[in-house]
Amino acid sequence: MLQSYRDGSRLVVRLAGELDHYCAQSVRRELDRLISDQSIRWLILDFSVLQFMDSSGIGVILGRYRQMRDRGGQVGVIHMSPHIARIFHMSGMDRVIHQLDHQEAAQ
Amino acid sequence: MNRHNEMETVFLSVPENESFARVVIAAFAVQMSPTVSEIADIKTAVSEAVTNAIVHGYEGTRGMVTLRAVIDGTVLSVEVTDQGRGISNVAQAMEPFYTTHPEQERSGMGFAVMQTFMDEVNVTSTPGSGTTVRMCKRIAPEARH
Repeated sequence: MLQSYRDGSRLVVRLAGELDHYCAQSVRRELDRLISDQSIRWLILDFSVLQFMDSSGIGVILGRYRQMRDRGGQVGVIHMSPHIARIFHMSGMDRVIHQLDHQEAAQ
Repeated sequence: MNRHNEMETVFLSVPENESFARVVIAAFAVQMSPTVSEIADIKTAVSEAVTNAIVHGYEGTRGMVTLRAVIDGTVLSVEVTDQGRGISNVAQAMEPFYTTHPEQERSGMGFAVMQTFMDEVNVTSTPGSGTTVRMCKRIAPEARH
């Protein structure tokens, strides 16, 4: 189960453990359940306790990004490690997904 | 003296073994005193190669995956081998965003990640008999803690 909290139209989800191919399907299912509420306009992924991510994570995050974009919403990330930031950069995700600092995420 | 060491681990192509392979390569590489960032690079590249073997090599079937690593001085070489279906067009498979499984939200970035995080990546594959991914990374002595 992913920890999450709602603040108006924002949903902050804390990803935990390791986001690889093995875990991707359950994370995808859980995120889809959490964002099924159409009033959510911002999905904010908190990476502070995520221990590992590979390209399977790119697929999961881009898939959720497309869903949010299609409803006029946005996706942001907070607490990204330098390693995950490199994966974001090389895949081009940093061009469509907003890197927020903690204050922006709380606004 | 030039440091030399070798290891080989063989495991079934089930997704649970993706994290197992990452732990094994990290534990083996630690004797080179890599930085935290170098360890993350190596684990990520191995995770991609092992995932490819499981998802593509043995698609719909099961077989064994071999993870082999050699330390030669400051260079770590890693091989991930499967005896699966093989890749008919390796150059195409290595293109960023190329995926045979868009419906599963595979990003097609596996080889690009390996190339970003390792110094060299070579793929040899024979359709019908399997694929070997060879990667190496220099662990700079000056990077040691």
